[in-house]
Amino acid sequence: MNLASSLYFTGAEVGLSIVGLVLLLVSAWGGPRSARLVTILAVSALVGATLFSGHLFDLAVRETAGRAFGDLYRADTFGSFAKILIYLATIAVLMVTPRFFDQRGAYRPEYPVLMLFNAVGMGMMVSATDLMTLYIGLEMSSLASYVLASFLRNDTRSAEAGLKYFVLGALASGIILYGVSLVYGFTGSTNYEGIRAAFAIEFSTGALFGVVFVLAGLAFKVSAVPFHMWTPDVYEGAPTPVTAFFATAPKVAAMAMLVRMAMEPFAGEVDAWRQIVIFAALASIVVGALGAIGQQNLKRLLAYSSINNVGFILIGLAAATPAGVAGVMTYLAIYVAMTVGSFTALLMLRDPMGQNLETFDDIAGLSTNRPALAWCLLALMFSLAGIPPLFGFWGKFVVFQAAVQADLVALAAIGIAASVIGAFYYIKFVKVMFFDDATREVETESPIGHWIVLGLSVAIISPLGYFLTIPLGEWSAAAAASFAAAM
Amino acid sequence: MIQTIAFYLFAVLVIASAVMVIMSRNPVHSVLWLILAFFNAAGLMVLVGAEFIAMLLVIVYVGAVAVLFLFVVMMLDIDFAELRAGFIKNFPLGIAIAAILLAELVLGIGAYRVGAIELGTPDGTSAPLLDRSNIESIGALLYRDYIFLFEAAGIILLVAMVGAIVLTHRKGPADARGQQDIAKQNRRRPEEATVMKQPGIGKGVEL
Repeated sequence: MNLASSLYFTGAEVGLSIVGLVLLLVSAWGGPRSARLVTILAVSALVGATLFSGHLFDLAVRETAGRAFGDLYRADTFGSFAKILIYLATIAVLMVTPRFFDQRGAYRPEYPVLMLFNAVGMGMMVSATDLMTLYIGLEMSSLASYVLASFLRNDTRSAEAGLKYFVLGALASGIILYGVSLVYGFTGSTNYEGIRAAFAIEFSTGALFGVVFVLAGLAFKVSAVPFHMWTPDVYEGAPTPVTAFFATAPKVAAMAMLVRMAMEPFAGEVDAWRQIVIFAALASIVVGALGAIGQQNLKRLLAYSSINNVGFILIGLAAATPAGVAGVMTYLAIYVAMTVGSFTALLMLRDPMGQNLETFDDIAGLSTNRPALAWCLLALMFSLAGIPPLFGFWGKFVVFQAAVQADLVALAAIGIAASVIGAFYYIKFVKVMFFDDATREVETESPIGHWIVLGLSVAIISPLGYFLTIPLGEWSAAAAASFAAAM
Repeated sequence: MIQTIAFYLFAVLVIASAVMVIMSRNPVHSVLWLILAFFNAAGLMVLVGAEFIAMLLVIVYVGAVAVLFLFVVMMLDIDFAELRAGFIKNFPLGIAIAAILLAELVLGIGAYRVGAIELGTPDGTSAPLLDRSNIESIGALLYRDYIFLFEAAGIILLVAMVGAIVLTHRKGPADARGQQDIAKQNRRRPEEATVMKQPGIGKGVEL
């Protein structure tokens, strides 16, 4: 094991950790005054990590993947692709965060520091090729997330969200750990390749239990039905920027981790996990669509929307082919753009006193008060619904295409039919904004930072995004090629 | 021979001090007996060749127990005047425990120095299983093979600590919530605190 090359391949994590530690010292001495400075430095560190991951992606396309620290960690195209998405989502969230907390006088420099450590944990999750790395990365990310969820500590709903997330997250971690111990017990290895080799020789009932437990725990982390119950409550209670973060970066990380688990150690046992994934996919699509219909709170609605989207992503995984994995990555990229955009728009909805508006009543008649914002939201909602001229359609198209190619025609057909249900509440959103009478006054000015994030995400999901289909397809295919050896 | 003597010495003392932990009336004495029991258990671990565990026992348990001891003293309602009065009475006991610990140290280190005790396998054949000591093996695993995970685990603990401080630490009265405001309590008049109600028969009162 070469320490220098190991440190090089884990450069993004090592660098972010060092920056996080330094910024922790800055925030300890600087106090709340340093919050802006720490945020700016954290964003620049994440930009650096994004560029470095892009470099590793290039490197892994040209040469073989970089193994670090024995085979605990691998810097391959798949991990780098997922990490770029994670870091970009974190940057976007950090850019729109300070204003929300400033209004409540609660912004503190620890927030960006926890975000950085969260990013480190998520990076470890997606690059882990050993169950121990996976678990440590997962815990690092989760612990930081629990704190972020209750960051508005004088707000009882925020505290409730944090506690609920903590208790249920700890339970899910326990389930994963139990599955991991069973897998280790029946294979004698925590390394992904070792597990695959051992499963190839014998796949016993005990090992099957282990696989099921691991998948159940991971399904909790991606909030797939039937392990989704925490999502609406946590998303509603957590501060809105934190909700935006939960709906994007950790979801990408958990989904990438799930894909890697399914395609690497469990690649030989597709039959064992495929039916679980298919069930979770269909149940998520249906529950996500039906559950959202009665919601009045927009954050809760977007929580169900994310459950719904997880279902579509899982359809790509159920295909269990390189095309399916590429579809998952494409969908995740588009999903991150749509979700970041929706939550940024939600953050820009404030009444003249600066209170955030987050129910359907509040957005009635938004098209007369804030036409630009209303049109952006219209594009985002139609894109989430998967209506063709917008880019959200492309994500659904690639996963369904992969499912059909893998002979899962019935799954794809049910998925497409169920997505029509989901279109109902996205269109309701638009109807309330454009055809109802305004009942509330809204703030008419928004800072430029929010407009930049919103503008970029709307540009990506607009028909302009179709220019991205070819590069995005190539990158996703390169990412999926990481598992070529395994399949 | 000296190994057998040392074993019986340590074993008897572990059991005797363990009995004393639950027999002594004063909780502080119980803690002291517990420390003696840990020291002797550490001695037993050295005898079976698990010197790393012996050191863990001394450093972690005795160290942690010293803190626990402080907590016990702080939390229990102990009359310190009475304790001080009993100092002379308990002085011989304290000296005796200190002497036993010192004797064990001398005996253990002395026996190790002259080579009478070899760090060995449980069956007493005195041949180490590896060509290096336990500490070296554990160190190589922790700090070389799994250094990445070890450091990451350290960051997890740091995140937990930062989180606990962020969520609980409050600075100044503006940040404090639910604290007593005596001036506000004094300003309170009966009119604000009580209301007169004339509830109709069979009807409830809305407050």
